[in-house]
Amino acid sequence: MLKNYFKIAIAVLRRRKFFTFISLFGISFTLTILMVLTAFIDKVVGDNYPDKKRDRLLYVNRVEQKGKDNMTSGTLSYYFLSHYAGMMKTPVKVAISSGFSGTNTYVNNKKIAVSYKYTNAEYWDVMDYDFTEGKPFNKQQVDNADHVAIISEDMKKQYFGDVGPVVGKYIEADNVSYRVLGVVKNVPVTSYMFFSDIYMPYTVSKADYKSKSYGGGYMGVLMAASKADVPKMQAEYDNLMKRVPVESKDYQHLYSHAYTFFSSYVDTGNESTSGVFIVVTAISIFVFVFMLLPTLNLVNINITRIMERSSEIGVRKAFGASSRTLVYQFIVENLILTILGGIIGTLLSIIALAVINSIDLITNLELSINFTVLFIALLVCLVFGFLSGVYPAWRMSKLNVVTALKAQ
Amino acid sequence: MIRLQNIEKVYRTDTIETLALNSISLDVAKGEFLSIMGPSGCGKSTLLNIMGLLDAPSRGSIKIADKATENLNDKQLAQFRNKTLGFIFQSYHLINDLQVLDNVELPLLYRDTTAKERKMLATEALEKVGLANRVKHFPTQLSGGQRQRVAIARAIVGRPDIILADEPTGNLDSAMGNEIMDILINLNRNEGTTIVMVTHDENMAHKTHRLVRLFDGSQVQ
Repeated sequence: MLKNYFKIAIAVLRRRKFFTFISLFGISFTLTILMVLTAFIDKVVGDNYPDKKRDRLLYVNRVEQKGKDNMTSGTLSYYFLSHYAGMMKTPVKVAISSGFSGTNTYVNNKKIAVSYKYTNAEYWDVMDYDFTEGKPFNKQQVDNADHVAIISEDMKKQYFGDVGPVVGKYIEADNVSYRVLGVVKNVPVTSYMFFSDIYMPYTVSKADYKSKSYGGGYMGVLMAASKADVPKMQAEYDNLMKRVPVESKDYQHLYSHAYTFFSSYVDTGNESTSGVFIVVTAISIFVFVFMLLPTLNLVNINITRIMERSSEIGVRKAFGASSRTLVYQFIVENLILTILGGIIGTLLSIIALAVINSIDLITNLELSINFTVLFIALLVCLVFGFLSGVYPAWRMSKLNVVTALKAQ
Repeated sequence: MIRLQNIEKVYRTDTIETLALNSISLDVAKGEFLSIMGPSGCGKSTLLNIMGLLDAPSRGSIKIADKATENLNDKQLAQFRNKTLGFIFQSYHLINDLQVLDNVELPLLYRDTTAKERKMLATEALEKVGLANRVKHFPTQLSGGQRQRVAIARAIVGRPDIILADEPTGNLDSAMGNEIMDILINLNRNEGTTIVMVTHDENMAHKTHRLVRLFDGSQVQ
């Protein structure tokens, strides 16, 4: 029986090449987009390099101050983080670093774009960068404002070329020379809190890190002694923020939060709008619409496809197929179509990810297929196939035999 | 074998009611070859569809092989048709996407049979209609007469007691028509299959045991 269904399904698919193409294209393209999207999300949110101790960490990225007519929101100053987070008892360490900025440097008269970032010494204890050579700068070097730097593998290659160890060599950025202390594995730019080509002590920053204003270019990561201490640390930070005075009379409220990774990653810096809510809603709507369109398309195509086979339906009914048997047949046919689409979609996803990786669309981001998602997507494909087959099949099965036979 | 009592069929639209069949009572004996004649639109095909349980009468009762059929549900009707009835249509109604053998096997798909049995029975049926060498062909590769022979093989493959044929020679020239007719006559004679055939053709009709004439939905002979 199934073999027979398979035969007719393949025959019909081959006869209506254009319909088949449209259907398969719809399914496989949707699947590919979803796979690339999830690979992307998976990489960005799920990859915990260099903040490997994520379950012990809380991230402080923004401060917002609100008044009747005024509001300000943005990243924090070094002072704010070191002063207030430094007062806290639960965190064992506080990593403070600036967001990355860009500048240019020249090697043999060739211009290269360079990102740089300032950090404190504890940053290297909280984060787990993989050092391919050398080591991080220590507190003393930071306090002395030594011109030292940690560079990424990419930077090493671009600046020094394919050479051996570069620790002890000098690298120039913004017309200042820094002694290379270590080389770390690349961080993708999507991990914007940790990405940079060059990392330097905050004390060498040209901007005034001693300024007591709240806003600045810095972010903090609080590390608890253990996972169990994280809620306590979060509560302590919230309590602390309630006591922090606003900066001027223009403002009445001050908000700042220590978030877990995902919340902080999508933090809008706006107290009344949750970034998590926005992101989850946006992704859900996107996925829903993306799946809905091909489903409707399939339903439509299937109705046409099935109705033009009314003679076959009439004959099958006359020779003893019940309506239910016919519904079953058409659903199986549709599942065969969607499974084919699923297979093509999987292949396309692999190709698309390989292409995205090879053209280096996003610096240092290596996408790979998430097999859980692939499995779920294939399952969704089946549900797809089932749903888009049920309605047309049901309509068809209601067809009167005599009418069905006359239709030809 | 078939007993129709006071069969009426009324087609209703919003504005008019058409009486397609008016109080038809008819008995078809076991092993009989009956033909139904009449001008276009007289209700011949409607009557045949009702006998074949493809269409329900507006009034009246149908007994087939001593079984009352009024209260059968969709599934039971399907099973009953599958076991007891075989159909032959004027325009063949073969499935063009399937090879000849698969077309003939079709009724067996809806019973408990193995693929091997199906193949065997279908080949046997094709031998009876002289098409054993065409099993791998597709219907579109065959002539009209050959297609109708495939359709006959499909109708007899399940060994039904009754075959209902709706103008089986209507699309064929007289030589091919005679060929088809011979197959049906042999089937009736050798296997004892009851056959009811709707036809336009007096010559064909006279080769059968009995002739029933319809006019405007009523039986006139």
